[in-house]
Amino acid sequence: MSTTTGMSAREVIMARIKEALRVPAPLPHGLAEDSRAQFGPRPGAAALTTSGGARATISTTPASSGLPTLTVLPEEVARPWLPDGGETPAEQLQLLVENLGKLRAIVHQVLDLTAASDCLFTLARERDWHRVAWHPHPLVEPLLAGVPCATYRVDAADFDKDALESCDAGITSCEALVAQTGSMLVSSATSGGRALSILPHVHVVVATVDQIVATLADALHAAKARHEGHLPSMLSFITGPSRTGDIERILVLGAHGPKELILILVG
Amino acid sequence: MVNHTPCGQHRSTHSPLAQSRGLAARHSTQPNTPVLPSWTEEIHAVIGPGVGRPQKLAIGYDWNMIASDAASPPESQPRPSGADSPRFAKKKFLHDATEHVRDTGHREFVRKALGGYYTNRDLQKARFRDWEHARDAASLAKWSAVNRLDELLPRFVDNFEANGGQVHWARDAEEARTIVLGLVRAAQAKAVIKSKCMTSEEIHLNAALEDEGYGVVESDLGEFIQQLRGEPPYHFVFPCMHVRRDEISDLFGKYLGTPPTDSPEELTMIARRHMRRLYVDADIGITGANFLVAETGQISITENEGNARLTAALPRMHIAISGIEKVVEHLDDLAVLLPMLATAGAGQPLTCYNTLYAGPRRPGEADGPEEMHLVLLDNSRTAILADPEQRDSLHCIRCGACLNVCPIFKNVGGFTYGTTYQGPIGSVITPHLRGLSDWNHLSGASSLCGACTDACPVRIDIAHHLLHNRRNAARTAPNALEKIGHRLFAMVASRPWLFGLGGAVFRSMLPLLKVLRPPLLRDWLASRDLQAAPRQSFRRQWEHHQPDEQTRPLEGRA
Repeated sequence: MSTTTGMSAREVIMARIKEALRVPAPLPHGLAEDSRAQFGPRPGAAALTTSGGARATISTTPASSGLPTLTVLPEEVARPWLPDGGETPAEQLQLLVENLGKLRAIVHQVLDLTAASDCLFTLARERDWHRVAWHPHPLVEPLLAGVPCATYRVDAADFDKDALESCDAGITSCEALVAQTGSMLVSSATSGGRALSILPHVHVVVATVDQIVATLADALHAAKARHEGHLPSMLSFITGPSRTGDIERILVLGAHGPKELILILVG
Repeated sequence: MVNHTPCGQHRSTHSPLAQSRGLAARHSTQPNTPVLPSWTEEIHAVIGPGVGRPQKLAIGYDWNMIASDAASPPESQPRPSGADSPRFAKKKFLHDATEHVRDTGHREFVRKALGGYYTNRDLQKARFRDWEHARDAASLAKWSAVNRLDELLPRFVDNFEANGGQVHWARDAEEARTIVLGLVRAAQAKAVIKSKCMTSEEIHLNAALEDEGYGVVESDLGEFIQQLRGEPPYHFVFPCMHVRRDEISDLFGKYLGTPPTDSPEELTMIARRHMRRLYVDADIGITGANFLVAETGQISITENEGNARLTAALPRMHIAISGIEKVVEHLDDLAVLLPMLATAGAGQPLTCYNTLYAGPRRPGEADGPEEMHLVLLDNSRTAILADPEQRDSLHCIRCGACLNVCPIFKNVGGFTYGTTYQGPIGSVITPHLRGLSDWNHLSGASSLCGACTDACPVRIDIAHHLLHNRRNAARTAPNALEKIGHRLFAMVASRPWLFGLGGAVFRSMLPLLKVLRPPLLRDWLASRDLQAAPRQSFRRQWEHHQPDEQTRPLEGRA
């Protein structure tokens, strides 16, 4: 490797990659015949036979091998194969609530923000919360007015991790709710940063029914569209309360993140 | 059923040990705060601030602060097998496998621990409308990315840097260690917290950091237990699946000074309480990465406990370490890969936290690290890439499904492999990463049942790759004795009269072999009984069982 002297690590690794890819690899083993048709033929083949439009395209810029490579959009093709996300809003709502139940998250469905406020009040009273953390958001702020304990407002100006650590619960909004998996997509931009939804012992999410989407892909699309060109520094799918199975593969809730995950669903 | 502790209970669980040592003062005005000491304060009290090069384990996390009579934890060691003495890797494998197979209690324990996994995995697979086709999609997403790595990796790096992250390229383990050590030193870090990261195991990062005097705490419960035990992970997804709860209770008693308990919930809560201050006080958080998204420059981290979320949220610097092969092209690809990773790996619809990070904290965001670094590691991955036949082993998403179904893994256990990546996928890639001649024996440890290939969510042809490794080893370093043997057999088998004669000789010699145990057969005979030879050859018996006149002996027809 005498040619590598004086090259940066990046140059060396990229040179190794380019050299390695000069020989094309066969399509994955065991790929079902009808999938081949859906995704297109082997790289280098002249034409594509896709069922249902531009699901697979030949890359316009050839790889270093000089062979055109196949670019596939697996999600689009895989959609009907993945777990169901529901067709209608009613189906999606039902699926979401069902999945959250299986994940041992708690769901409170309320009619409006006033009812949501009452719900949070009851939660704080029942669970004897001393201090709850929240972030400024049109869905969160109105709920905090009557809460029967101290509050800590998470703020970019003076963030105090010790103060947040001492809170019993974190109240946040979310980007989207995913029917397919029972996930809640939170982000550092719209859920009060990174720690608010993970450090307090209880995480309360306030969301409206129109935030429900069918699939993970839909949630990612929604987030991408909302933050066009400026993705938040963190996007996180939360799927149930924190858990571990590290001790004898026995499920325990509340490993390091919240022990309880509560959704207040408005509408 | 899980009866988890009601929320808020932590307030009443003040550490009795901390109190007994007068450490409760710090938070006495805030009854809500758990009373555990701050690292830095205590360290300054012990060694004084600004002392030059710190004592081993002094900086970061002083284990003795937690319990006055607690023992110091073992230091992290580079894996004992292989790294130092690859020549003995095969010998050690055979020795450990023999020992382990005899330990029926251990095997039963591991088998039982995996029982729940099978049930949940099947349940979650059934939620897919077409699991087999979804596997096609997942494998193509990885295939498409790995085969265009020359285009996608630079695209990912450009986008990651545009998001404010900093990228470091590492040709090998040593370069990666140097980069991380440099970052930790430059940040004048006092405490490092880590979430589960197999790439860091691969480069023996913990031992390197400890050598420099930095305390590192593994925050994943399983990894934390393994760190206290002074052992590497047993299974790259379930690191301490071989440890009984009473052993964990004893371990926590020894190092954390907690009272014994046989409840997994209680044990988990001990680790939870113990770790909380550490997240808040750590300067640097180190994580791995499951996927690198080229389109958006994000890294994706999959976990269940929330420890990676905390590790990437609270410390002022986030360092992620990833292999170069983790790139996927589209953000959408994760909508396929994440549920498949969770289903195949843990029998979950999706793991609890699947998080995408795009650089450090942005203006206007409440918290997050000031700097985010990503170490991109080659460490012989390009050698696998250069082999088109086995290139698909770079599609691996490290779900561990092939380990969970492997009869070899279940019988010889995770440590016997002596590798960072255990099980079938480890047996495929380790010879590429660390040398075929020293690690080819792992490819021999296979029943060729193909369960690994069937289990793989990204359709890696693992079972055949084990054969490919054997073939490659035979080509590069042919065994002269085996060659002569095969040639001899071919000669005999292609001459029916000689085959018949050979059979007769062998049958008569069988009882003698049993007694003489020639060196060539000694290993084989060590774990097997030679059955008594039948009096007649198979062909003779076949003849007698054929009522039909036409079925004459083979010699006759030839």
